[in-house]
Amino acid sequence: MPKYTFRVNGRAVSADSWDPAQPLLYVLRNSLGLHAVKFGCGLGQCGACTVIIDGRAARSCSTPVSQVAGRSVTTLEGLGTPERPDKLQAAFITEQAAQCGYCTNGMIMSAKALLTRTPNPTPEQVKQGLGGNLCRCGTYTRILSAVLRAGKA
Amino acid sequence: MNRRDFLRTSSVVVVSFAFDGVMPETAAPQTTNPGKPIDPREVDSFLAIHADGAVTIYTSKVDVGTGLNIAMAQMVAEELGIPVDRISVVEGDTALTPDQGGTGGSTGITRGGVELRQAAATARQALLKLGVNADMTNVGAIAGGKRLDLKVDPKAPLKNPSSYTVVGKPVLRPEVRKKCTGTTVFVQDFSVAGMLHGRVIRPPSIGAKLISVDEASIRSIPDARIVRIQNFLGIVANDEWAAVRAAKSLKTTWSESQTLPGSDMLDRHVRASAVERDETLVNRGDPAAALAVTAKQLSATYWWPFQSHASLGPSCATVDFRPEGTTIWSASQGPHGLRANFARVFGIAEDKLRVIFLDGSGSYGSNGNDDAAADALLLSRAVGKPVRVQWMREDEHGWDPKGPPQLLEIRGGLDAENRIAAWDTQMWLPGNVQGSRPLLAADDAGIPQPHGRTAGQISQNGDPPYAAPNVRVVVHWLKDTPLRLSNLRAPGKIANVFAVESFTDELAAAAAIDPVEFRLRGLTDPRAVDVIKRATEMIGWEARPSPNSRPQQGNLRVGRGMAYVRYKQMENYVAMAMDVAVDRSTGKVNVRRITCAHDCGLVINPDGLRNQIEGCILQTLGRTLHEETTFDRSRVTSVDWKSYPILSFPEVPTVEVALIDRPMLPPMGAGEAATAPVAAALANAVFDATGMRLRRVPLKL
Repeated sequence: MPKYTFRVNGRAVSADSWDPAQPLLYVLRNSLGLHAVKFGCGLGQCGACTVIIDGRAARSCSTPVSQVAGRSVTTLEGLGTPERPDKLQAAFITEQAAQCGYCTNGMIMSAKALLTRTPNPTPEQVKQGLGGNLCRCGTYTRILSAVLRAGKA
Repeated sequence: MNRRDFLRTSSVVVVSFAFDGVMPETAAPQTTNPGKPIDPREVDSFLAIHADGAVTIYTSKVDVGTGLNIAMAQMVAEELGIPVDRISVVEGDTALTPDQGGTGGSTGITRGGVELRQAAATARQALLKLGVNADMTNVGAIAGGKRLDLKVDPKAPLKNPSSYTVVGKPVLRPEVRKKCTGTTVFVQDFSVAGMLHGRVIRPPSIGAKLISVDEASIRSIPDARIVRIQNFLGIVANDEWAAVRAAKSLKTTWSESQTLPGSDMLDRHVRASAVERDETLVNRGDPAAALAVTAKQLSATYWWPFQSHASLGPSCATVDFRPEGTTIWSASQGPHGLRANFARVFGIAEDKLRVIFLDGSGSYGSNGNDDAAADALLLSRAVGKPVRVQWMREDEHGWDPKGPPQLLEIRGGLDAENRIAAWDTQMWLPGNVQGSRPLLAADDAGIPQPHGRTAGQISQNGDPPYAAPNVRVVVHWLKDTPLRLSNLRAPGKIANVFAVESFTDELAAAAAIDPVEFRLRGLTDPRAVDVIKRATEMIGWEARPSPNSRPQQGNLRVGRGMAYVRYKQMENYVAMAMDVAVDRSTGKVNVRRITCAHDCGLVINPDGLRNQIEGCILQTLGRTLHEETTFDRSRVTSVDWKSYPILSFPEVPTVEVALIDRPMLPPMGAGEAATAPVAAALANAVFDATGMRLRRVPLKL
């Protein structure tokens, strides 16, 4: 079975996949046990599966594992822990910016990529920057506050 | 006398060993009866005190992201007198939690929390008699690990709200920290040893029959196995991606089926549908006679389409089917109801079936969770291993049971003083059918089951909340409806309030009276007056009749609108105002700002409450602007986020919420009420801006 080697959260990993077209999402969740990333649509429409690949937000549901070989992936687990959340996660916690929490992974990862490009975004920049991430529970205003808080900090 | 002797001789409280809190994630699957008390008359069913003084509370009401867990913990902490961070919650496990009913109808606090509070109040009295001190610092030493063996005392004294120190505080929800760090175990993340991944291939059209399956078409996919039971067709595989690929690649032949009327002009279909029976809900005065003599008469028709729960994550369940005891891990909002239904449909003794709730993607009533569990059960039974099924996006949008279509016709008249003299609402709604909602998998597999139908209490709030001497509300309950239904957040009320509060606005406009003034003239309840004044003051309401005589702002036309509801005519008071800007060239409605004043009695956790209200508002804004389940003669055609868009981030307005706390009144639930005025407030604002009255959802100019 072909083996794909890449970096995840700073560690070198290798994962077998019988199918080079297997989306990174399934490899992260099922081979590497990284469950923060979520399956939402498999179509790149909702953003729940967002990870950062080489510094850019990417949809892991529609990124074949073969395309990730040799690259560097960051998942939500790579930011911080419950005891030591990173600045952005801490801002989400302070703002209580979640209801069901299924979109949270994608919101934080998209925001992380946005803040890397634009460290102090305006509200409009945040709204546009997270425009590809859906939240069905309607926690958008809190997510906006959290990202702005992290941007200012 | 040592402590144990004291406990034995104490006349009220008998102690024995308590159940020590097996957590759902670690429970052995076959442990369908671990022996913990679950009788809702017993204090021990609700509470377990541990040796270190921590307390576990047990409830069948589940937290689907609503903040219910922390609110319950606060209520218990307050009554017991222990810190809230010493309390953990076990929710929705049929083997561990007392049956307080499913989670819905905003009953999490009003029933779930209130029952827990009474159990805690009963426990406190008993613990004090046992020698626990008033600040409970020795509760673990004295009562830890033991049963209280007490009936819940409905008269056990409750704390005076004026002395509250925990209830009313914005305590953070501990689960948010886990959700933000990827450490929550969602049902989608749960696994058990030996588990296979399953996917189900649903018929291409509703009611289609499976003619043939080409097994060779998936031979190249490793370890994928086909399970076929009549028209139920599934794949199981060790590898999830193999299951997904196989389900997509499998070549099948189905009979075609055309059972649906199509969603184009569904309102006409509904209006012409056969009526099962008429029900008169309100009949006051003589509206027909009064209408005939009113100074001004209006009539209007309002339409609300089928809508999906559109859960962000598709439904998921893991089932371990075993003759000696079957376990279902599910995010269902009704674990006990699910167990009872599955026991009947699949012929399993209830005591051999355990349902364990795990967090899931947000659901707003019954989404596809129960159906995913039925899929997993059939697959697990067929292959003799635990099976996890997660639906794909098109399964969720296509097959989740839907919120109902609603058609309302309202006629009303004003007297010479421009007061409401007569009001007549007629509703066309899908009628109820006794029995549980059919499970897709059971129908496909030819397993006999009830074909019940209900969408919840969908006829409420059809009458105006304003003084009117002659009012009639009649429901025409329809014999049939094209799609499966379920209770979708604030069932029926959003559409009914859309109609009633839009029509109220139409009457105000006909009278050339400011919409706020028009409403206040018909209200005497001070709680109603308070929320309306508060919400409109917050937005800087300019008192004048609608439409706006000077709406022009460059390319845009601006306006403001408001709406009010007393939820279910007996619960929360909510008023909402909105500022909108409408681009007349594109027809795009831009909601700039929303203010909401909300009175649900006693506030348990103001931040959790605000979160719910904000979510109610934004979710319903999307339902009003965009959402409609579409279908042709054979199948649902709105099966992804492009064909079924919801509110997106760039559309999000500023939302300001004012909570009106009533500490001496009972607490009401708040997961639904603030949804109800959203559509009407928006349509009223669009009318104010443009002079165009939109009476169909999704709103289109």
